Amino acid sequence: MALSDYLIFSAILFSISVAGIFLNRKNVIIILMSIELMLLAVNTNFIAFSYYLGDVAGQVFVFFILTVAAAEAAIGLAILIVLFRNKRTIDVEELDSLNG
Amino acid sequence: MSFEIPDVMPALPEIFILSMACIILVVDLFLSKTSRGASYMLSQATLIIAVLITVATFSEASVLSFSDTFVRDGIADVLKIAVYIATFMVFLYAKDYLKDRGLFKGEFYTLGLFAVLGMMILISAHNFLTIYLGLELLSLSLYAMVALHRDSIQASEAAMKYFVLGAIASGMLLYGMSMIYGITGSLDLAVISANAANVSDNIVLIFGIVFLLIGVAFKLGAVPFHMWVPDVYQGAPTAVTIFIGSAPKLAAFAMLMRLLMDGLGSVSAQWQDILILLVLLSLAVGNIVAIAQVNIKRMLAYSTISHIGFLMLGVVAGTEEGVSASMFYAITYTLMSLGGFAMIILLSRKGFEAEKLADFKGLNQRSPWYAFLMLILMFSMAGVPPFLGFWAKLSVLSAVISVDLVWLAVASVIFSIIGAFYYLRVIKIMYFDKAESSEPIHCSKDMSLLISVNAFAVLLIGLFPGGLLSLCLNVVSAS
Repeated sequence: MALSDYLIFSAILFSISVAGIFLNRKNVIIILMSIELMLLAVNTNFIAFSYYLGDVAGQVFVFFILTVAAAEAAIGLAILIVLFRNKRTIDVEELDSLNG
Repeated sequence: MSFEIPDVMPALPEIFILSMACIILVVDLFLSKTSRGASYMLSQATLIIAVLITVATFSEASVLSFSDTFVRDGIADVLKIAVYIATFMVFLYAKDYLKDRGLFKGEFYTLGLFAVLGMMILISAHNFLTIYLGLELLSLSLYAMVALHRDSIQASEAAMKYFVLGAIASGMLLYGMSMIYGITGSLDLAVISANAANVSDNIVLIFGIVFLLIGVAFKLGAVPFHMWVPDVYQGAPTAVTIFIGSAPKLAAFAMLMRLLMDGLGSVSAQWQDILILLVLLSLAVGNIVAIAQVNIKRMLAYSTISHIGFLMLGVVAGTEEGVSASMFYAITYTLMSLGGFAMIILLSRKGFEAEKLADFKGLNQRSPWYAFLMLILMFSMAGVPPFLGFWAKLSVLSAVISVDLVWLAVASVIFSIIGAFYYLRVIKIMYFDKAESSEPIHCSKDMSLLISVNAFAVLLIGLFPGGLLSLCLNVVSAS
């Protein structure tokens, strides 16, 4: 497969994740899933370029992104639990107490 | 392939802060509730020693280490010292606020120190990887700090919004980085700069730059990616708001400078127009929407957005003079916003948050001294001479005029005149309205002393701005 196939694939993944974040009005967990998908799209991009360029730095970057994404998911879910304890809901549309 | 042991000396302050943050994390476990002050004292001592280490090893020459992923130069040292001092002031201002609300825990200080470490890595980054890691270390610590007040609905909601938008920003930034990596073949900022100039396929490069700029604009809080700023400033406990509103702005400036000047400086024509658009929108929305706010934390959030617009102006110019003006702006803005948020903490007490503009009514009758300090800070933010904010605005504007963007300078001045309205309204409320409460203002001696020093620093450096201005210019032209 050519490099452009991988790039188009990751662009589609990226678009799905952005659509998932901005079109979804129901559930915060779907947003967290979309964020993970966005990072995976980036990883695909990095690996495709890294293979194409014959340079390992891009693949090393992917390992760091995977690790940080795990930490990010942990903090995101922790905040989600705090939010659910306080509000008894994780509906996106109910997150409206801050408006000026 | 041989493995070379890198020279760790340039990263000595980072290593020190990391070790101390880990030590404080462990020590805090063994402390009883009554001796929690020890974590606070240790954190403050850490920051003071970090200042001493950085000053003792200060040099304007730029040194690369860790396979060229880490750079130590004059800009990095000056910004790091400003970060330590700002964090020191935040910890001191926050102490009584946290005690009154049952938040006086070791977590605040360890998370704070890890955020400082993230800022330091971001400031010294010389590779996309270090930029990303520094940024994430800073952001993850800040998300947790916003949610520190676990029983507050507002705080948890603000943390969720901050987290989601921050994560999107990181995703956008990484997508842009991957594009630029693909087209230039390197993650190293110096190599990227060299290769970007003779790239054949401009479309991919511009595509990458656009995503990169969206990510940076999210993190800076520039319009149209500013939605999180007012919500987070309002929802977070004021002790955390003062932190988010001060030191990370220095790191954000460093990120902007490293990415655009060090990394993409050779193709500045590609990003200059986008940045001009971000500047104009930030100045317009920040200054106009702030007028409609009744909550002073939200008002200061919109004021941050407009100041970010000014901060980016110097980078738009793209000259040494422009970058040093932006750096001066970042440092002065940090000093002013520390003072502004400290006044909100000062007027708050147990069970009462002085969040409304109306809470400042008749402050002059309750305490002429604090009203006077707030007057200095507000005049300075509005950019009235001879206060510090005036020189900051003047230096970025003259940098923009020197690259023949006079229309941009004129537009910025018009928006900052509109902005002067809401700063002056605070002064009018303090001096000419009748006080609604006659509650005396309680605050500890150290806080009262520091807030006076803070406001007078704004006045004194404003009277003699030459030293700091020439320091910024020297370190920028040396690197």
